[in-house]
Amino acid sequence: MVGLPDYLALSAVLFLIGAVGVLTRSNGLILFMSLELMLNAVNLTFVAFARFNGSMDGHVYVFLVTAVAAAEAAVGLAIFVGLFRLRRSVDVDQANSMGD
Amino acid sequence: MERALFYFFGAVAVLASLWMVTRRNALASALSLVVALVSLAALYALLQAPLLFAIQLWVYAGAVMVLVLFVVLLLNLRQEEERPEPIGVGRFTLGALVVAVLAWKALAVLEAVPRLPAPPVAPDFGGVAAVSEALFSRFVVQFEVVSVLLLAVIVGVVVLAKRRF
Repeated sequence: MVGLPDYLALSAVLFLIGAVGVLTRSNGLILFMSLELMLNAVNLTFVAFARFNGSMDGHVYVFLVTAVAAAEAAVGLAIFVGLFRLRRSVDVDQANSMGD
Repeated sequence: MERALFYFFGAVAVLASLWMVTRRNALASALSLVVALVSLAALYALLQAPLLFAIQLWVYAGAVMVLVLFVVLLLNLRQEEERPEPIGVGRFTLGALVVAVLAWKALAVLEAVPRLPAPPVAPDFGGVAAVSEALFSRFVVQFEVVSVLLLAVIVGVVVLAKRRF
């Protein structure tokens, strides 16, 4: 049988992969996707705890996280499109100036 | 059967995310993230969350990833892929440190969590009725906050898109 620790371990592995991506990549779009992966790892934890505690609350939180993530995707991608129009690149290491 | 499905979709999710993080090409990254998100949806189905299974496929693997793919294809990232992406010493140290601390904490949690069989749940667990009942009674404030956030995001994105760079 698959227990709660199995789901938590899988979620931790996915979260760590996402964290490595956020910390080491400089391509803004891939960095953004790693962030989405971290959000999804946390969602898996919520769903697993909801199942093993027999409570509905985790599902509600995943629903809200999904809504916020969709909003974040819209704004984040609009910013990357703007950044690309400005600098012809989505490299976040080069986006280090507030001016021009 | 459940065990086999868990290991299969778990392995697919981990491999797809590793592939996503290590690719140079943003398009390859986005497509492997779609694979990871779909296998997470399958895990939600294993955890008896049919509504979240549908939402994961529609909103995440569908809407959000279509938006990401659209932007990846819209921007011409050819130069981005050819430029070397060096990981400096500082960044490597920071990444290794954060991963080590997080893994250490995660192991401590995993040892503390008891391995109990999943309790039996009502047949409508995770269905539309059960989730919406909780959402519109105890979590109604959070729901309204999210709707205000979505409104703010609509306005914000229009402002960002209209601006002349």
